[in-house]
Amino acid sequence: MNLLEQAECQTIFDRAQRAARAAGVDDIEIYIGANATALTRFANNAIHQNVAERDRTLSVRALIGQRTARATTNRTDDDSIRRVVEEAIALTKVAEPDPALLPLVSPEEAGEIGAAPSRFDSATAATTPEQRALAVKEAIGIVEAASATAAGIFETGEEVEALLNSRGLFRFHTETSARFSITATANDSSGWAKASAVSAGAIDPVVLARSAADKARLSASPRELPPGRYTVVLEPAAVLDLVGQIFADFSATAIFDQRSFLTGRDLAGLFGENVVIHDDAYHPLQSGAPFDGEGVARRALRLVDCGTVRDIPYSRASARRAGVAPTGHGLALPNDTGEMPINIVIAGGGSTLDEMIASVGRGILVTRLWYIREVDPFEKIMTGMTRDGTFLIEGSRPVYGIRNFRFNQSVIEMLRNVVAMSAPVRASGEEAFDLVAPAMTVANFNFTEVTRF
Amino acid sequence: MKDIALQALDAALARGVSYADVRVEHARERALGTKNGQTGRLGSSESTGAGLRVIVDGAWGFAATDDLSSTGLSAAAEQAVSIARASALASRSPVHLAPEEKHEGVWESACAIDPFSVSIEEQLALMLAIDAELRRNPGVTLAETNMIFTRTRQVFVSSLGSVIDQTRTTSQAGFEAWAFKGSEIQKRSYPNSFGGQCQLKGYELVYGLLLLDNAPRIAEEAVALHSADQCPEGTLPLIVDSSQLALQIHESIGHPIELDRVLGSEANYAGMSFLTVDKLNTLRYGSDIVNAVADARLEHGPGLGTFMFDDEGVPAQRIDVIRDGQFTGYLASRETAPVIGLTRSNGAMRAAGWSRLPLIRMTNVSVLPGPHTLDEVFDVDRGIYMETNRSWSIDDKRYNFQFGCEIAWEIRNGRRARMLRNPTYSGITTEFWNSCERIANRENWTLWGVPNCGKGQPEQVMGTGHGASPARFRNVRIGGGYGK
Repeated sequence: MNLLEQAECQTIFDRAQRAARAAGVDDIEIYIGANATALTRFANNAIHQNVAERDRTLSVRALIGQRTARATTNRTDDDSIRRVVEEAIALTKVAEPDPALLPLVSPEEAGEIGAAPSRFDSATAATTPEQRALAVKEAIGIVEAASATAAGIFETGEEVEALLNSRGLFRFHTETSARFSITATANDSSGWAKASAVSAGAIDPVVLARSAADKARLSASPRELPPGRYTVVLEPAAVLDLVGQIFADFSATAIFDQRSFLTGRDLAGLFGENVVIHDDAYHPLQSGAPFDGEGVARRALRLVDCGTVRDIPYSRASARRAGVAPTGHGLALPNDTGEMPINIVIAGGGSTLDEMIASVGRGILVTRLWYIREVDPFEKIMTGMTRDGTFLIEGSRPVYGIRNFRFNQSVIEMLRNVVAMSAPVRASGEEAFDLVAPAMTVANFNFTEVTRF
Repeated sequence: MKDIALQALDAALARGVSYADVRVEHARERALGTKNGQTGRLGSSESTGAGLRVIVDGAWGFAATDDLSSTGLSAAAEQAVSIARASALASRSPVHLAPEEKHEGVWESACAIDPFSVSIEEQLALMLAIDAELRRNPGVTLAETNMIFTRTRQVFVSSLGSVIDQTRTTSQAGFEAWAFKGSEIQKRSYPNSFGGQCQLKGYELVYGLLLLDNAPRIAEEAVALHSADQCPEGTLPLIVDSSQLALQIHESIGHPIELDRVLGSEANYAGMSFLTVDKLNTLRYGSDIVNAVADARLEHGPGLGTFMFDDEGVPAQRIDVIRDGQFTGYLASRETAPVIGLTRSNGAMRAAGWSRLPLIRMTNVSVLPGPHTLDEVFDVDRGIYMETNRSWSIDDKRYNFQFGCEIAWEIRNGRRARMLRNPTYSGITTEFWNSCERIANRENWTLWGVPNCGKGQPEQVMGTGHGASPARFRNVRIGGGYGK
């Protein structure tokens, strides 16, 4: 049984609709969410934090003429439904009229959802604290046997999202998720690995623990290299960390607002010819609902085709302004950012990670990146640090660990300098949302400083 | 709420726990934003729930629920206990908590003007007036304003017998002027970037910020940056304004002194700290004029880290973090305090809402004012003065940092000379603080709010306070962010 069934969503909507009509308002949209997640956290080779939560969201948007506003609660009893509807209406009445505001989307305009793979795994939803603890215990044992100290998480959960409006639209999505990440810390080195999936069964904590422990062992006694331009091999998580920073700019509204790096640029050949990036909610390695914040069906887009920026995501409002069709990437209204692609798939190449390392005469192998922030919004210069497994590659193999570098690197320039790629995988990091990405060999990567470890 | 909390506590105690605490919270928020003369965001939200923390078999369990019925609370207690039993499967030693007294109290933060009682029309009218003022400058290509108001009532009860009822009201307001031209995007924010100023106050905060008065200057600066020279690279004296110093404090003092981070609890995500326990009372953190405190008490001011009790029922305290340049104190919890020989927690456990576990978080971590006037701080032959943060990054042990600011000026003979665009600076934490040679006096000291501090898994976003005045540092690496 789901956390929330479709029939209950319809009942909540009917009550909200009645409350709105009693207040003289016909047009409302409601979002209903429910989630139950649990996370087992470990450090110093022991579980130290172990949590579970369950919650609901009921968010009501009212529309009166050219005005709209939103009110949200986490309670779904009759009285709370009435009060949140009244609050949404009260806010809407004092909002500034927006001449560009569109009516609620009809089911026809919202479009058909494409063929999406099931993203619900009942075994993952039913994972017990004991199952997580035993998996963690085994992973700790592997790291401990390598004379390192383990820290990490094992998270499992389920989520339901529903979007209904008074023009008859009813969207419903349910999915499960699992995440395991582990850091192995040794005297003067560390290693890290992480995976996420719809199903906990698709994640192997033992493999991840071994990988983290190996990286900690191989990077022991790190040496210091001078900052400068190096060829780097970025593992998929590091690609995610860095390339994941640019996609908020792939937004028609951001371009209209002249805050996107795509504003006024020649988009032909902006990146290297080998760069192909899609946004595809239906990709088997992706996750999330196949509809946007207004309920419009997500369309697969070719954001970058052979280095040229092609498709731009549009919400209904930005699409109307541009005279094109919406793409199903709008955020919940009202908002000031418009739209964003969130199901990124970066096409890869035919190399394995080992082949990529072997093809680099001298360079740096990067496991993950950390604390990435934007230095320049138009050139997309990002700064950040390497972390948890940074190696010198020499003679076609990683030879020793090195002290962590700070980089100041334009992502635009980086995507012009991609030399080789692996097959894409579902990558999971901490600096950007999960995406499907390959490992990348990048020439002339700009390391500007080195830290003390 | 008290009855619900006590009911949940009873449900936990009935299951044989050795310790339990419960937080029942009701949180309310109003968020408004404008963009180029239109309402950008307009919404309100509320959330109510309970979080139960228990120790069973010497191990922790935590469960949070939105179901506050007696059935829901019993289920959450059962879940917390079963989670604690699972924790015991992979524990090393039983949890030991520093002793704490039973406390009872009711407290509400000061709020001269209830922000929820001010009409949305009035709030939007001010925001749209600022927006219009910014766009009167034809070089401004995007104007944005925002206000966020929150009120959280929390009832904390514990098996020690504590019953604490606290209500905190916060207000946040600010605006941004963007200017796109050619191949650059420039932005100026007031009174600070990433949301403006945020304090434990009511709507009086908004009135005090003089937002509309400052709009023309901010718009002008955003546009003027396009004509300014690129900030040069080099090693020079650096002067930073108080808002930028506040973020510098947050990243390079506040996070390193979190004892859970020092002890490895955050190794997998937020990272660890260079401030290993052997450095307590032995490390020269900064120059003699650097004095820093972590102070959650009302006396420190209306900061985002001000409260009466932390989220495990420990009274607010002041800790000397750096005294005359010497490192003297960590932020601790009841569990970590004994590790460094403290007999009691210093009260730094905070949770981002009812659904999250309390963690060691910054309270108000502030550098105390120095003796210098602003003229004395700026008294250099040649240096760079930077204002308002644009980017921030620091390694996972808090050594190497780099900050970017929205605007800078070259200082010549103690006075502002040419404006500079795209300024950045970088350094190593202890070298930087040891190079501090002037700190401005209390007249120039502001208690800033950082509303977006992330830590923990699942991640918790917390507000922290940081008092700072403009300060000068010698031999700082400038311009590395644009280094080739």
